[in-house]
This record gives sequence, C-alpha cells and structure tokens, in this order.
Amino acid sequence: MTAPLVEIRDVSKRFAKRLDFAGKIAQKLGAGVREEVVHAVDEVNLEVKEGEVLGLVGESGCGKSTLGRVVAGIHAPTSGQLMFQGKDVASMSGAERRAATLAVQMIFQDPFASLNPRMRVEDIIGEAPRVHGIVSRTEASDYVDDIMRKVGLDPSLKRRYAHQFSGGQRQRIGIARALAVKPKFLVCDEAIAALDVSIQAQVINLFMDLREEFGLTYLFISHDLSVVEHIADRVAIMYLGRIVESASTEEIFSAPKHPYTRALLAEAPRLDQRKRDFAPIEGEIPSPLNPPDGCFFNPRCPHVRNLCRADQPHLETIGRDHTVACHYWQEK
Amino acid sequence: MTPVLEVSGLKTHFFTHAGVVKAVDGVDFSVNKGEVMGLVGESGSGKSITGFSILGLIDPPGRIVEGEIRFNGENIADASEETLKSIRGNRISMIFQDPMMTLNPVLRIDSQMMEAILAHETVSKREAWERCRDALGLVGIPSPEERLKSYPHQLSGGMRQRVSIAIAFLNKPDLIIADEPTTALDVTIQAQIIHEAQKLTRQTGTAMIWITHDLAVVAGLADRISVMYAGRIVEQGRTDDVIDHPLHPYTVGLLGSVPTANKRGERLFQIEGMTPNMLSLPKGCAFSPRCGAASEACQVPPAVEHVADRELRCYHPQSQVAAE
Repeated sequence: MTAPLVEIRDVSKRFAKRLDFAGKIAQKLGAGVREEVVHAVDEVNLEVKEGEVLGLVGESGCGKSTLGRVVAGIHAPTSGQLMFQGKDVASMSGAERRAATLAVQMIFQDPFASLNPRMRVEDIIGEAPRVHGIVSRTEASDYVDDIMRKVGLDPSLKRRYAHQFSGGQRQRIGIARALAVKPKFLVCDEAIAALDVSIQAQVINLFMDLREEFGLTYLFISHDLSVVEHIADRVAIMYLGRIVESASTEEIFSAPKHPYTRALLAEAPRLDQRKRDFAPIEGEIPSPLNPPDGCFFNPRCPHVRNLCRADQPHLETIGRDHTVACHYWQEK
Repeated sequence: MTPVLEVSGLKTHFFTHAGVVKAVDGVDFSVNKGEVMGLVGESGSGKSITGFSILGLIDPPGRIVEGEIRFNGENIADASEETLKSIRGNRISMIFQDPMMTLNPVLRIDSQMMEAILAHETVSKREAWERCRDALGLVGIPSPEERLKSYPHQLSGGMRQRVSIAIAFLNKPDLIIADEPTTALDVTIQAQIIHEAQKLTRQTGTAMIWITHDLAVVAGLADRISVMYAGRIVEQGRTDDVIDHPLHPYTVGLLGSVPTANKRGERLFQIEGMTPNMLSLPKGCAFSPRCGAASEACQVPPAVEHVADRELRCYHPQSQVAAE
C-alpha cells in the first residue's frame, strides 16, 4: 500500500499567552497568575490519500482552521509530525522540503483580505512560479493566461488589480495563485463561505473540475455540512481541538455515531424540511482556555453519564474507515 | 382581516455621485398576523433595504421615492419622525445580523433593555426590570438576573443575539423584521436562535419578516417566501410551492445551486455570470442576461402576474404545473 499523500500524527498546536513582566512578578509573589494556553489542536491524527477529498467540519473555535494551517505548513505544530508522501517534513533537507511545501497550497476564506491590493493579477498569479523556477520570465505571461483560463477568468483582465473584481472572481484569482505552483494538495479553508449562493455553486463546480483535470487532493474545511456532503469522499468532524468522528461521507450522513455529529446533522437547515420544529441541543462550545473534564462534549450531550465527565474517550475504529470518540457510541 | 403590513409599489432609491441606485424598485408584499415571511435574495438584491425602509431607517442619499407601507392599515411611508419613533421598537422591532450593532457596548444589558420599555411606557423601574428578566428567561438565557448585569462583550455571539431577540419581543410588537439574524452564527447556535424565534412568534402571534440569503433556513421556518433580485420581488408564494415548483428561472437556478444529498458528487446547476451592477441594470428584466429562457420580450420589464397562488415577474415561467 502506498503511503498517504499527507498524514499528520499526534499533531497538537498550542497558543500560549506569555506573562508580561508585571505578571511574572505577581507570580513570584504568589498571586494566582498563570500563563494561558489554548489547545487549538489536540493530538489529531489524519490521513489524506492521493486523489481524495477529505472534508473537515466543525463550528467556529474548534480548531479546524488551525489544523488546516498546520497541514499547509503555515503553522509549525507544537508537537507531532507532518508527513508528506510518507516522509516527515521537519526532517527533510532544503530542496526536498521546498518541493514538499510547494506541493501543498492553501485557499483562504476571505477573497478580499488574501490578495495583495497593490499587485496586478498577473503578478499575484505569476510571481510564485517565476520565483520557484517553474516558468521562465519570458514564458510567464502565457503561463498566467493559461491558468486564468483554467479557473474561468478572462486573461485580458490580468493587468487589473484585485479590487476591480467581484467576490467570486477574486476567489478564482486565489485559486489560480494556488494552482500556479502545480500543487498536489489544496487546503481550502472555508473557501466558499463568503460567496453568494449562485457564485458558491460556480466555485464548487470549479473545484470538482480542477480535481479531475489535475488529479488534485483536497482538505476541504467548512462549517457547511451540505457543501461537504456534496464534495467530500470522507468527512472528519472536529470539536474543541479534537476529531470526534470520521468516516466515509455516505456513512457519516447515513449512520452517524457521535452525539455531536448527530446534533449537527439534525440541526442543519435543509430544503426538504418544511415548517419543522427546531429542537436544538443546549449550550455552546466551551472555552478552549478552560475545557471541561472528560469528554469535551459532555456538558451539551443529551446522553451524558458519569464516565463521560471523568474519562476522555479516544478514537476507536468501529468499522471500515469509521472512527468515533464516544464511550457509548453503540447505544442510540 | 387587514394584514399587519402591506407594502405596495415601494421604491427606495439612493442618489449617489455615480448615479441613482434603485436598491428597491417596486416591491409589493403583505404579511398577516402570526405569519412568517421569508425574504430571500443575494447580496445587493435590496432585501435589507426593504426592511430598513419599513422602519424609516433610510439615510441620505437614499430615500423612499414612491409607494405605500401600510402598517395596521395606516400608511407610514411618509410618517413624521415622531410617529416612527413611537412605532420603532414598540409596534415593529428589528433584529440585525450583527448583535453588536443593536447593543450599546458601554451600557449594561439591563439599562439598554429597560430603556426599550421606558421609552414607550410609563411603568416603574422595578416592573421594567422584572419584564426584562422574564424576557431573557424566555429566550433561554441561563441565570437572567446575573446576565442583566453584564456588558455585551461579556456574552458570546449566540447569547448576544438572544438578548437582541429578547429586546425585539419586549414590547410585544405586531411585527418583527429579522435581518440575517443567524448568518454570523454556528449551526447549533443557529438552530437555537431559530427555535427561540419560532417559539415566540407562535406564542405571541407576532408577524415576522425573516430576511436571509439561505433558502434552507426559510424552507424550515417560513409560511411564505419572496425571492428578490436586483431590487424587485421576482417570485412570491407559499413556501412549499416556491421550493417544490419554482416558476421564475432565477428561483429555479438558486434552488439548483444549493447542494443536497441526492446530488452528491454531481456538478451543481450554476447561474452564469454575476449579480448585476445596481448602477447600470440591464434593460428590461434584470435577470435576462443570466437567464437561459430569455427572449426578445424580456427587453421590457415584466409586470407582476398572478399565477395560481403566486406572484411572478417573468414572461417564461419554468414549469406549467402551477398554471393549471
């Protein structure tokens, strides 16, 4: 069996707020001042096989974007390994490492903030391939034209600046910029969340076309279950820095096991449900500064028992490619 | 029975340096007591400006140039500021997308909630405070006495939105305009907010206009749906009719572009092009450049037609089912 294209092993990412001078003195004098540490991502394991689309779903603050940034190499993990084609990226040498990081590109949520307003589109798209020696200076112009056509932009507009384009077009520029360095793997962080419904459909279609044309692999991060259901082969559900369930898309939507997954599925509004009674689960996602003991979902879980408050459940494999972190997944 | 709100021929235009933006251009609809109407559209379609127009919240360079807004039978389109003040937050209230816009960051929750009562009624402070506490309890805020003492920044986004819903319902209004109230919230919190709003409208018989871009939300919530495009309502009817048998090509396209379970992995239907620039709208039907069914006739703007129980602005309805 070939190694997965991208794999992360026991990756954690912690953000610590260091104590300032006054804080340190207060601590020395015995005041109860502590460094605040946020476990944004907590010992997560993920594998993405070549050609696969993995959907990563969670609510705001669950650490899905941080995880995406770790995978894309923007954040270094606090602990754990990031593997690319079976090799640890941290232990790679210069050239190899550059190739590995270049093969993983990221597309961001906000097409307004992620493009340099002072650069022309041809430079936004063409700079990286020129710097990395993918195209020569003389060929760069044709290369940019070609990529713009592939993402559905008119190459005659390449002398313009990003602000002269609409939101959907800007997102296409962001996609073109990522594609220009010939990546194998794209991390899409809420890449369509900021777009209008009709434009969303255009961009989803574009992602599917590009996947076919270039054999791309995606990590598709979203809070929108229906979009993930549409595009992903496999889905991982994240809650407060941990993966609580992962399975094939079909299985997660037809036979969800974790109470949080069930709640998410039940509460997502759908077109085919009319005049329904919304019966939401109580509470909100707890602060990652001060997570509850045991299972992180226990304060909101309708089936909570004593064990859930004391002991943190670990992911167990319960079927082909189906893992869940719940003590009582077998019960309804 | 007179409808709570009856809007006819409403036109709100903005007179900018670059030209006249016809943000709302001839909108008609009505809302009955206890009814939830979903006003759906993409950004720039004029759905929020329609809501603001009803409350007289249009600032220059914009103004209502034409049309009537009949609230309980009385036209408030050109009412004085005085009259509007007595209506706003009392008979008609509004819930905004960003609760930080409704809540004053430097006032405690109790002072801003009590202000909403004391501005319209002469009651003792004690009574006002008790009503605020009960209102917070009704929208599912735990330990309301404590929460009344907090400032908005001490609450989470979902809690803040609950507070603004509580304020909206404080004076038992006849109509609530909710402008994308759940767009900024997570799925589980969105469900909680919709649940509270739904419960309260059912209990009090308050009519509601739910403005959103998300068809799936109004599908589960609204009695009727109005679809807006470029300042006009292009299709209007009962929720089931509009979603199961859309007639206007734009509604058809919008519904087709929402991913659902039975289309997994397939290409989505996409409406070509993008929303038009409101400064230079296409001639005739504003949707015609993006429409697959467009013809010569579409060069003249279509008038509102009544097809069965529906109102439609289109020369080429997509299915003939409802026309029987």
